[in-house]
Amino acid sequence: MGIRERLSGNEAAAIAMKQINPDVVAAFPITPSTEIPQYFSTFVNNGQVDTEFVAVESEHSAMSACIGAQAAGGRAMTATSANGLSLMWEMIYIASSLRLPIVMSLVNRAVSGPLNIHNDHSDAMGVRDSGWIMLFSENNQEAYDNLIMAHRIAEHQDVLLPLMVCQDGFITSHSIENIELIEDDKVKAFVGKYEPKHYLLNDKEPIAVGPLDLQTYLFEHKAQQAQAMRNAKKVIADVSAEFAKLTGREYKFFEAYRLEDAEIAIVCMNSTAGTTKAVVNHLRDSGVKAGLLKIRMFRPFPAEEVAAALKHVKAVAVLDKADSLNGAGGALFEDVVSGMYVSKVQIPTVNYIYGIGGRDTTEKDITKVFEDLKDIASNGEVNNPYRYLGLKEEI
Amino acid sequence: MSNLIEIRWHGRGGQGAKTASLLLADAAFNTGKYIQGFPEYGPERMGAPITAYNRISDEPITVHSNIYEPDYVVVVDDTLLDSVDVTAGLKPNGAIIINSTKDGAELKKLLKGYSGDIYKIDARKVSMETLGKYFPNTPMLAAVVKVSGIMSEKAFLDDMIGSFKHKFAKKPEVIDGNMKALEMALKEVTKV
Repeated sequence: MGIRERLSGNEAAAIAMKQINPDVVAAFPITPSTEIPQYFSTFVNNGQVDTEFVAVESEHSAMSACIGAQAAGGRAMTATSANGLSLMWEMIYIASSLRLPIVMSLVNRAVSGPLNIHNDHSDAMGVRDSGWIMLFSENNQEAYDNLIMAHRIAEHQDVLLPLMVCQDGFITSHSIENIELIEDDKVKAFVGKYEPKHYLLNDKEPIAVGPLDLQTYLFEHKAQQAQAMRNAKKVIADVSAEFAKLTGREYKFFEAYRLEDAEIAIVCMNSTAGTTKAVVNHLRDSGVKAGLLKIRMFRPFPAEEVAAALKHVKAVAVLDKADSLNGAGGALFEDVVSGMYVSKVQIPTVNYIYGIGGRDTTEKDITKVFEDLKDIASNGEVNNPYRYLGLKEEI
Repeated sequence: MSNLIEIRWHGRGGQGAKTASLLLADAAFNTGKYIQGFPEYGPERMGAPITAYNRISDEPITVHSNIYEPDYVVVVDDTLLDSVDVTAGLKPNGAIIINSTKDGAELKKLLKGYSGDIYKIDARKVSMETLGKYFPNTPMLAAVVKVSGIMSEKAFLDDMIGSFKHKFAKKPEVIDGNMKALEMALKEVTKV
């Protein structure tokens, strides 16, 4: 039946980690994810988990410790945000290229500078090409559920890739909301025991991890990583289906919310999708056929499926909570339109950069996007595809 | 969501407005509601103006933004009335609840013609008489429950004793005082 609770997003992530009971957690505090290792270290202190908690001196060391632990044959987890992830950068690529299924809770925050502690997705977008599976979460429930599913996906023999679960800093990480938790024993049974095929502490099979890899093989190894990412799609679908049987909560690559008969649609990720749902419902009440496509699985990117889900709409807006500063649209926009182009889906599509550095995104803002989409749908002209939402001055 | 109630708290860092918003969320959750309780994080420090929010509904809440058109506003410190536009967006059929000893005419003047209901409570008096120290958030929590009618007084008090037992597990001697503060505040809040 599940347990009715109320928790912040950070509490939800920490509880998920407690129920998973990994072998090692190595973390360094950084706003707004600090509470996750803080709560978790309490569980360690109280003997509620068997985890070795490594209080490192930097995020670079946090990821290094996770890599060491996972390579040794253990299950390792961490949590970070923004500049903490930036400091991990070098080791982020090493974790994925060593095919170590480490799981991270990334509480999204703007990467400096200037210094800002609030939410946007610039930290996650900075590692979108690093070979980590990336799942995004609308609220505390999804942050929790995605973490419970994470190890099953990451550790699958067809995948063996690290995975990060993203949620919006402060907006969901520090908001107390209703949540349904899964009983400890059910989580334990669902996540299962970690049984790596190859690991450093196996004295029957001495192996080397991370040696030199030059012209002769690096290309092949990168292609294998890419193939593992392709394989992850089926695994994510399978694990999510099994999770739905356990909890009744269904997760796909993306959530198509009132999208089936929609004429105008917004594509976005994380908490803004919840605000968009409320606006979609208001607009539907007044006869406007609005819909939402909320990306859950950002890496691997479900390009073909997104294109198919949008092909009937008359105009699309893709909302990016990080600016690629390239003069040609944000990362999500590029992924969506390239997916559409390859699938020969030609729909007027517009990009909005929004919510940078914690700029609040309201129902009014989302309504404005749908108003713009109505115009675009009626005359078929996008004019300026690269727009801002909620910017206080004209650029 | 016609049953959605949105509340905005104004306080100063250290006065417990955030804690009060979380306790209110807790109490409403325990009566079966869907809730949100969240502060607006700024450059926080003792004494600086802070804002916290609650959404309370019979249905799941998906909106994730600050609250701009609240049904109720709670002002934990009336010195904020000079510097913060506390009634901004407050619905005319809503209400504002202020911790103050000022008289009605003075409050009305400070609220720049807000046409909805104005309530006041001397949270300092309640807190000093029941707790012996100035913790304005406990009386203000009771005041907003009373004014908004989110739950019955009995359900609220029954729930809060459990919350305080949990919150003050290491300081059980303050539970009685806090309960008395709630009970007294429920009686002391008056319409201006």
